[in-house]
Amino acid sequence: MQNNLLKSFAGRQGWTSILVLALVLMVVFPLGLDIFRLNLVGKYLAYAFVAVGLVVLWGYGGILSLGQGVFFGLGGYCMAMFLKLEASDPISTKIQSTPGIPDFMDWNQLTALPSLWQPFQSFSFSLLAVIAVPVLLALIMGLAMFKRRVGGVYFAIITQAVALILSVLIIGQQGYTGGVNGITDLKTLLGWDIRTDTAKYILYFLCAGLLIGAIITSRYLLGGKFGMLLLAIRDKEDRVRFSGYDVANFKIFAFCFAAGLAAIGGALFTLQVGFMSPSFVGIVPSIEMVIFAAVGGRMSLVGAVYGALLVNFGKTYFSESFPDLWLFLMAALFIGVVMAFPNGIAGLYESIAKRRSAKSDDTKSEPLASAPEKTAAAADKAHWPHPGAATATQS
Amino acid sequence: MASKELILSVEDLTVSFDGFKAVDGLNFYLDKDELRVVIGPNGAGKTTVLDLICGKTKATNGRIRFKDKELTKLSEHQIVREGVGRKFQTPSIYENLSVFQNLEVSFPKGRSVFGSIAFKRSELVTERVRAVAEEVLLTDVPDLEAGLLSHGQKQWLEIGMLLMQDPELLMLDEPIAGMSVRERELTAQLLQRICKGRSMIVIEHDMDFVKKIADKVTVLHQGKVIAEGSMDKVQADEKVIDVYLGH
Repeated sequence: MQNNLLKSFAGRQGWTSILVLALVLMVVFPLGLDIFRLNLVGKYLAYAFVAVGLVVLWGYGGILSLGQGVFFGLGGYCMAMFLKLEASDPISTKIQSTPGIPDFMDWNQLTALPSLWQPFQSFSFSLLAVIAVPVLLALIMGLAMFKRRVGGVYFAIITQAVALILSVLIIGQQGYTGGVNGITDLKTLLGWDIRTDTAKYILYFLCAGLLIGAIITSRYLLGGKFGMLLLAIRDKEDRVRFSGYDVANFKIFAFCFAAGLAAIGGALFTLQVGFMSPSFVGIVPSIEMVIFAAVGGRMSLVGAVYGALLVNFGKTYFSESFPDLWLFLMAALFIGVVMAFPNGIAGLYESIAKRRSAKSDDTKSEPLASAPEKTAAAADKAHWPHPGAATATQS
Repeated sequence: MASKELILSVEDLTVSFDGFKAVDGLNFYLDKDELRVVIGPNGAGKTTVLDLICGKTKATNGRIRFKDKELTKLSEHQIVREGVGRKFQTPSIYENLSVFQNLEVSFPKGRSVFGSIAFKRSELVTERVRAVAEEVLLTDVPDLEAGLLSHGQKQWLEIGMLLMQDPELLMLDEPIAGMSVRERELTAQLLQRICKGRSMIVIEHDMDFVKKIADKVTVLHQGKVIAEGSMDKVQADEKVIDVYLGH
């Protein structure tokens, strides 16, 4: 069985692309970029978690969520809350009227730590909350919508509304959330200064390593029956339902999984950037995240990472040079990609690779379908997969 | 025939869409291992009856008993798990998956989320897929993307997907629509092979085809049964000639 499992992984050209990505992230970038730029890449990689989740949810499951920023943000905020409490020890906040609570609470005339914040003094609770809070919200949203067969555009609009609600809520509850500024001035993680260059290197490698882990996990999910069912649901939902599957459960799981990945990305974002704010929660960032996946290729886990990198590099470059034009450019990019390359960069790459291999095959392959009445035995030899062999999914 | 046990009994079944009764007080009984063909003019409520049995549409009134279970209270996937399979009118297959995968996905193991994640393609599954593919004449093309099959082959593939689940009751909605003469013949043979050991309800318009396969025929008109019996008996029925065959 283990042999079969190995085969199902090794038999894929997809493994090569994961390896190449790992090399780029772990060797090429760290060697080629200074720490400032590497830290920037790390920030983009945090977004890539969301894009990888969207490949599972949107690419395979056909469920477009325009509210992934919610989960990214919640993961990021859970991490930021812990870091903020650590940075707000009574000594460094002794000039406040209430020392020992985060500065923005003091500014907002809060005199004690709100009960919502209390558990975030524990590191293990905070780590758990990073994943559990967003996944729980996704579970509730999923149950409420998918069990009632809300899907398609309606689902997208509702996720969008949730993104708006959460960002308005965060901005409005200034005393509890830091408001529009977010949670800033994060300094140490369990006493370890996250602002030093060494820490930035370590966090970058942690981020890249977890991202590769996320891709491999997603790949395992998509490579098996679960992935086939997601494609089947996207294609003919009723057929799946009338084959004995409770379709809503599969959608809910995919939604929770994507939310969990987004949340991990959010937490890593907070760690690397040193703050979290509502500008990563609302509608615009949520849509940008979908664009990362679309540009990279919504059927490709690896492509999603390149998409996130490319769009963010573009954003950094263009928004510096033409700050007013960037949003239009982004929109044009999205429309252009969807119209011209519906499968994104990965799709483009694949079709080029296919054309090339087709060319080289022309010379050696014999004409197809010469015998109309092929015997079953011949067909067996040619096509029938072996047990445990990989089921086809794209990289 | 008379002494056979019932597998499905539909009593007083009614469904109304905004006051329009698509099915109106329908009574319908199916024996175990029987192949029943349902005919009737357009709008007679044939497809709606299948929708009601498989849970796609909820009944306004009435009972549907399958073996010992009341189906009207179950959700769609539970009804399937009880052993009811349903083929849709237009071929309903997963175009982006291969023929093999279409069949494999329909294998009734790993039906929960975590079950599907843990699901491994075993020798048993491969064997079953192979056997079914042979049954529905698709042995040659396991790796072909299902969207590239011919229309007739898609119909067969969907029947194969149902066979993977080995349902006790198989319901087919116009299985030969859009098929060539040769494909119709092969499909008739296929149905005769697969009806052994299971009950079937087939909706069909093609009378020659009906004659070939039916044990018994039920004629629906305006949501009601107007005749039932052997093909000869039904064809001689005045009412049937009036509303359907005569036109």
